[in-house]
Amino acid sequence: MAMWLFLGSECLLFGGLISTYMLYRGRVTQGPRPSQVFDIPFTSVSSFVLLMSSLTMVLAVTSAQRKDNHRTKLWLMVTASLGATFVGGQVYEFTAFYNEGLGFTTNLFSSSFYTLTGFHGVHVTVGVIMLLSLRGIISKDKDTGDRPEVVELIGLYWHFVDIVWIIIFTLVYLIPA
Amino acid sequence: MNATATDTHEQHDSHAHGLSDATAIKIALILGTMTALEVSTYFVDFGAFFMPVLMVLMVVKFLTVVSYFMHLKFEHQMFKFLFYTGLGLALFVYFVALATFKFFS
Repeated sequence: MAMWLFLGSECLLFGGLISTYMLYRGRVTQGPRPSQVFDIPFTSVSSFVLLMSSLTMVLAVTSAQRKDNHRTKLWLMVTASLGATFVGGQVYEFTAFYNEGLGFTTNLFSSSFYTLTGFHGVHVTVGVIMLLSLRGIISKDKDTGDRPEVVELIGLYWHFVDIVWIIIFTLVYLIPA
Repeated sequence: MNATATDTHEQHDSHAHGLSDATAIKIALILGTMTALEVSTYFVDFGAFFMPVLMVLMVVKFLTVVSYFMHLKFEHQMFKFLFYTGLGLALFVYFVALATFKFFS
């Protein structure tokens, strides 16, 4: 129940950030416009990677429910790797945008864009850390209480990060300002 | 006997709304196909259907992940209430902010 309450409050956080971006994205007084910097094919691949990490997370949860520690660890590692790939892609994207003259304070669009996608990136990074920590705990066979439930709770957080990106990808990248 | 029966029942319940691996893979393939369709709108001119197609795909993908991967469809009403209240409030915040910019800027 606490997890669902937390995810509900996270909806509000990202709702506020997405609202701010939607209101400010057309306000480009200086610097490049969104359509000039976005690399849709690259971001599409990143989106697909994050989407598939949701599948590997489900496979980790079902493995944990079957009490198959080996496969649970394997799928947790694959999920963390896909998450890390997504974050790496985001770092590359931010660097490319910055080199094209789009800094954090360049205009209202850039500030709201970096804040929204940056917050999401931090959430993915925290998720990757949780996945790797959980894998370590299972490897050392430390007691985590109801293990399948722990994997499932981290899975809920991971899927939430994915659904937020589903919205960001459409509203921020695919719909032109 | 009773305790064993209860344990078995609880175990069954905890797995009842869990997806099988095959079903999860099928859902992921559908989500992947929908993502490809979304991306195609960037390269192909959908005309007047551009925005509706993107919005419908976004909502369907969102609800699919929430319903099946997060298995909210099979959860207690309270959990649904907590999550969708947060989502509803987020939408409310957006429309209030939009109205504020429209009428007071």
